[in-house]
Amino acid sequence: MSDQHIDEISGVSTTGHEWDGIRELNNPLPRWWVITFYVTIVWAIGYTIAYPAWPLLHSATSGVLGYSSRNEVKGELAAAETAKGKYVSAVESKTVSEIAADDTLREFAVAAGGAAFKVNCIQCHGSGAQGSKGFPNLNDDDWLWGGKADQIQQTITHGIRFAADPDTRLSEMPAFGDIITNDQIAQVSAYVASLSGKVADASLVEPGAKVFAENCVACHGDNAKGNKELGGPDLTDAIWLYGSGEAAIAAQVRAPKMGVMPAWGARLGETKVKELAVYVHSLGGGE
Amino acid sequence: MPPVRMETHVLDNTQVERLEAEAVNSAKTRQPLYAARKKIFPKRASGNFRRFKWLVMAITLGIYYLTPWLRWDRGPFAPDQAVLLDLANRRFYFFFIEIWPQEFYYVAGLLVMAGVGLFLITSTVGRAWCGYTCPQTVWVDLFLVVERAIEGDRNARMKLDAGPWTARKLLLRVSKHAIWLVIGAATGGAWIFYFADAPTLARDLFTGAAAPIAYITVAVLTATTYTFGGLMREQVCTYMCPWPRIQAAMLDENSLTVTYNDWRGEPRSRHAKKVVAAGLPVGDCVDCNACVAVCPMGIDIRDGQQLECITCALCIDACDGVMDKLGREGGLISYATLSDYNANMMLATASGSTSVNPSLVRKADGTFTDKLAHFHIRKIFRPRTYIYMAVWSLIGVGLLYSLLTRDRLEVHVLHDRNPQFVTLSDGSIRNGYTVKLLNMIPEPRTIMVTMQGLPGAEMSVVGIDLPVGRSVPISVEPDRLKMLKIFVRQPAGHIQGAAQTFTFRVEDKASFEADEYTATFNAPEIAR
Repeated sequence: MSDQHIDEISGVSTTGHEWDGIRELNNPLPRWWVITFYVTIVWAIGYTIAYPAWPLLHSATSGVLGYSSRNEVKGELAAAETAKGKYVSAVESKTVSEIAADDTLREFAVAAGGAAFKVNCIQCHGSGAQGSKGFPNLNDDDWLWGGKADQIQQTITHGIRFAADPDTRLSEMPAFGDIITNDQIAQVSAYVASLSGKVADASLVEPGAKVFAENCVACHGDNAKGNKELGGPDLTDAIWLYGSGEAAIAAQVRAPKMGVMPAWGARLGETKVKELAVYVHSLGGGE
Repeated sequence: MPPVRMETHVLDNTQVERLEAEAVNSAKTRQPLYAARKKIFPKRASGNFRRFKWLVMAITLGIYYLTPWLRWDRGPFAPDQAVLLDLANRRFYFFFIEIWPQEFYYVAGLLVMAGVGLFLITSTVGRAWCGYTCPQTVWVDLFLVVERAIEGDRNARMKLDAGPWTARKLLLRVSKHAIWLVIGAATGGAWIFYFADAPTLARDLFTGAAAPIAYITVAVLTATTYTFGGLMREQVCTYMCPWPRIQAAMLDENSLTVTYNDWRGEPRSRHAKKVVAAGLPVGDCVDCNACVAVCPMGIDIRDGQQLECITCALCIDACDGVMDKLGREGGLISYATLSDYNANMMLATASGSTSVNPSLVRKADGTFTDKLAHFHIRKIFRPRTYIYMAVWSLIGVGLLYSLLTRDRLEVHVLHDRNPQFVTLSDGSIRNGYTVKLLNMIPEPRTIMVTMQGLPGAEMSVVGIDLPVGRSVPISVEPDRLKMLKIFVRQPAGHIQGAAQTFTFRVEDKASFEADEYTATFNAPEIAR
């Protein structure tokens, strides 16, 4: 552009850019605007000196202020730890039933225990603690080893049938396939099924009761209500760990399946286990 | 081209073609990258509009500074500040209204009303918001009061500005900026009182006990008030604010704007008598520039309606003052609509001519002809403003209705999803619910939570030692949300399907206020 084009209406020169006959006016910027623009550039330079900015081969300049987002996260985590410190120390010093009785402390323990549950327990018990076949549902009111908060704490601390822990909860149902006859198994299965529902052949129930009285009452009790001291399941209720019905019962009588739960006491520490116990107790089935 | 012969040593110009080229930065085309701000020294105006602006300024500043100090008794469980944005507790108090965060739509509705109201005002009386009530305008006005009080009016200020730095100039400038900063600090200081108990915060602020964010906010607002009101002034309106651009779409030919009436003012002349003697037409404008001198934007209204004009109407006051001195009728600059202006221009322009001849609109005795178009109040009522008014009132009535009928007791229910149901040892089915009770008044209440439907079912509340039943009284703290974990248990024999609905009803037995929530109860398919 050798010629300076002047817009007729405004009397302002144009930049020479033209789109379909529309020309761009070349109004100068206000000086403060330009100064602000340069200030932002200077600011940006200062910023790259103060903060991590320039990429190098394997890292980046660290900035004179020494800022790092990882350190910031560390600091925030430490602050969070400090903030919940008084609750943690209260959990440490109180028993699980005391914790469950205190509204604030219970709320804290349920939240903390819930988080620990999501990390350590859901692999077997499910994310909603609803369990599955062979893995107990922790929401219900049927407890093999007791559903009081301290009993749950004991179970979590030492596990079940966990060989490495000498104090582990231990029970073992013999494989009755080697001890009683197949007929007896059918009879006792019919009897057990009859305790909580109908059976196909009612004539098996009476002999089954006899078989039960001879072989099973030691652990399951005279009335088949189970025995929490020994971990003997209640056979009269609606909850069946390995399935309900005569066939499932017969299979369990012949060659019982018995789950193993690891001892978490040594691994998670007493405080975390207490929080977990309070959480599990709060799921609705706690006694 | 033949070779240039050496022996002549003379170049033949005609043999070298001249190229169309010029240095990009040649002096001829070089332009400034930026323009320095031209300083504006607005002269003090006096007249009706100036008086009106003083009044508006007193009212708006009064509202801004005094509102946080108004008290409003809400009983022992709520703050007694009439207007309070309690961010920490997430409550907004406005006299008798208390708003929870989920009721923010009332504020959103007010903002929409403010927007439509702005459209309505702009389409009828132009940029009245800009000219009278915009904080930028009000604070610049306030800063100018200080400037005039210290440095004098326009001429004194111009002289001082142009003069050398003397002790007097330094003293005047320092005191002016110091007072500006004090106003800025007072502005920033008043702002934070809206967010905390004003008397307590004021004491903390001066004893150094207030939170750092309070001092930071005051500092930031002091800086912005000082910069915008004292230093940048009209630059904010011209370059930073989007409203001048939007107003172009808001104004139409029936909107009142501050208008220079060319049809009686032109041709302007400082020597009217000579011009008349020469037999030429002459207008009322004596070209005294009073309208330019008083303009806080530093523009000339006689150039026509323009982006920079905030329609503060001070030029009307200035011009009317001059007309009065000259014994002429006021209104050379006036609020007029474009349609009236155009009609009058037609009258004043002789057919076939483009130049104005004011004698065409005057009668023999010097008064204006009756044919002149004047603003009539009817012009305010046109389809466009009807629509604005209708939308504005509709939202207003809707908000008011919603406000008067809103719930102050609410229940929200969240059904446990994982697991959806639990089979208990006696075969009954249990569902878990998180029930939130909202007591939205600043008084403690006892709320009766009752189950309706779901035959045979009973509920228990975690952490509350009450026998299971279908109804439990829950005490709720004033102005708080109470979260309950409720287990509902239905015996096996009563279950009527995989998904049954029932209702949680909450009721304040004292006031009969109630709310309901319909929830679902899940059971396994086989349990039917």
